Amino acid sequence: MRSNARWVPVAVAVAVIALLPALVPSFVVFDLIFVAAYAIAVLGLIILTGMNGQISLGHGAFMALGGYVAAVLAHNAGWPYWIGVPLAAVACGVFGLLIGLIALRLAGVYLALATFSLAVATPSFLKHYKSITGGFGGMSLDAVKAPAWFPLDGQHWLYYVAWAVAGICFLLSAVLVRGTFGRALRALRDNPVAAVSFGINPYYYKTLAFGWSAALAGVAGAFLAIATAFVSPDTFSFALSITLLIGAVLGGILTFWGALIGALIIEFLPLVAQQVNAAAPSVVYGVTLILMMLFVPDGVAGGLQRAVRRFVPAQRTKPALEPFTPSAAPIAADQPSRE
Amino acid sequence: MHDLAQQIVSGLATGSIFASMALALVLIYRAMGIINFAQGELAMFTTYIAWQLTQTGMPMLLAFALAVLIAFVGGVALERIVVRPVERAPQLTVVIVTLGLFTVFNGLAGWFWGYVVKSFPTPFPTTPLNIAGVAFSAQDVGVIVVSLITLGLISLFFQKTKIGLAMRAAALYPEQSRVLGIHVGWMLALGWGLSCVVGAISGIMVAPALFLDPNMMQSVVVYAFAAAVFGGIESPIGAVVGGLVLGVVLNLLGTYVEAIGNELRLAAALAIIVVVLMVKPSGLFGRTTVQRV
Repeated sequence: MRSNARWVPVAVAVAVIALLPALVPSFVVFDLIFVAAYAIAVLGLIILTGMNGQISLGHGAFMALGGYVAAVLAHNAGWPYWIGVPLAAVACGVFGLLIGLIALRLAGVYLALATFSLAVATPSFLKHYKSITGGFGGMSLDAVKAPAWFPLDGQHWLYYVAWAVAGICFLLSAVLVRGTFGRALRALRDNPVAAVSFGINPYYYKTLAFGWSAALAGVAGAFLAIATAFVSPDTFSFALSITLLIGAVLGGILTFWGALIGALIIEFLPLVAQQVNAAAPSVVYGVTLILMMLFVPDGVAGGLQRAVRRFVPAQRTKPALEPFTPSAAPIAADQPSRE
Repeated sequence: MHDLAQQIVSGLATGSIFASMALALVLIYRAMGIINFAQGELAMFTTYIAWQLTQTGMPMLLAFALAVLIAFVGGVALERIVVRPVERAPQLTVVIVTLGLFTVFNGLAGWFWGYVVKSFPTPFPTTPLNIAGVAFSAQDVGVIVVSLITLGLISLFFQKTKIGLAMRAAALYPEQSRVLGIHVGWMLALGWGLSCVVGAISGIMVAPALFLDPNMMQSVVVYAFAAAVFGGIESPIGAVVGGLVLGVVLNLLGTYVEAIGNELRLAAALAIIVVVLMVKPSGLFGRTTVQRV
């Protein structure tokens, strides 16, 4: 019985996602498509930054590439939108492997610096190559239409497509992270010297993590473009990269649940905060980010897990979505100590 | 020839802004091993404060001086309140905290002053300066002079004063300094204050050209990163030389190489960052360190 317990939250999540469109107004369904896209991107960031310790402040750049691949194929070549998604994943995966190779030589804070600069420079790339990207004004796409057999409208269709793809991304990532690959990633994060002396090839695993993470961001970018039916350089500004990191950190950068929680936060928190002031979301984000780092460094998901563990006795079997012990967690590991 | 001379001076002017921002980054990096991603936003925020003070009818120079003072106090306070608790935390935590500061100050500026671009008064004459028959923009020359004076004063402060010496000691040998009675924590806070002062000055210098806007310093910070990395992120001299070289080179590239133009200048800075970090991570003036694995 115990080992099945870990599937209960997953089953609940799947059921909620499947039934939700019937319960909420249709503008919320539209918002939830974005949640799916953000969840995929944040998942990529969690695998790369949380599980492998490579800091990326530039995932918005990968989303930009994915979004523009999908948009250019649909707008310039007239291809259907669903071809754009896997191609965006492939394009971003390859680009990610390339950046991953570079990242091998940039440890820690230097990688943060380089990816920060990549994210800031992305809109100027998009504005420069006008003939392909449509320049400053971007380009608009046709709204997605549901196939004839589907009983609901195009927006609901896209909702189910986006969440199905998100489900596939989560499943593939879970399979990947539970095996040798995941153990290697965590070992390289926690103690590179020991990992290498146990025969783990850091070049192989770290580059692969970057490629996989970027491919996920590419899928997310493609859905962002398809759902908005519009792309422009401002869609993928530096703020997007920061938003993704905020989602990962607030949600919980050490578990996959963090991606889901984080995506909900970054989609709905601004909608609420905007009612106060257009700039309020940034302020709220920033303040929460700092407070979380000071007091709950493993995010909402981590905090919840610790709360649950306090009431439920420790399990013998390894929990599925909590791939390492809290003592090995990079952020929670050494709590700030005052002199 | 005149054209080239003008372009070089104008490159030196933007370069001295990059140099100041890069120095601000290096000051904090040397002291704590932290890259302060919020550096540009802090500079932007204090520039807005300067603007607000001039709006009250205060004389321009007094307003600027007051804004710089506020930057110093603010920098010290930020270090004591926000950065200190995570000082010994893993790098990711520190990066995220400075990004949090980035987001907060960007948002606060948008909240208080809106996202509409504002013009910023320049303290320099608008008539061009005639030197050896070539007309230079007085703004450019003024920016270069002010930046060089700032950098010179900072250098004198670290080389010639007791407190400067204590700050260097605290940064390099925190344990030993503590034994000698230096209050290391306050020295680091002082470093943040100084770095915010340098940032504020460069913000005030760059604002008449860039115009005030909550996102105005984001690209400047990338150039400053490029300058700091190019010169060696541990070296103050490197940051200054890197900034000046970068300013001139980017200006000449933007003017004379069609393919780069204005939009790809950021990309050029990004390329410099990546190439230098890959080929010679210690930069021009940095010490080479050996790292395992």
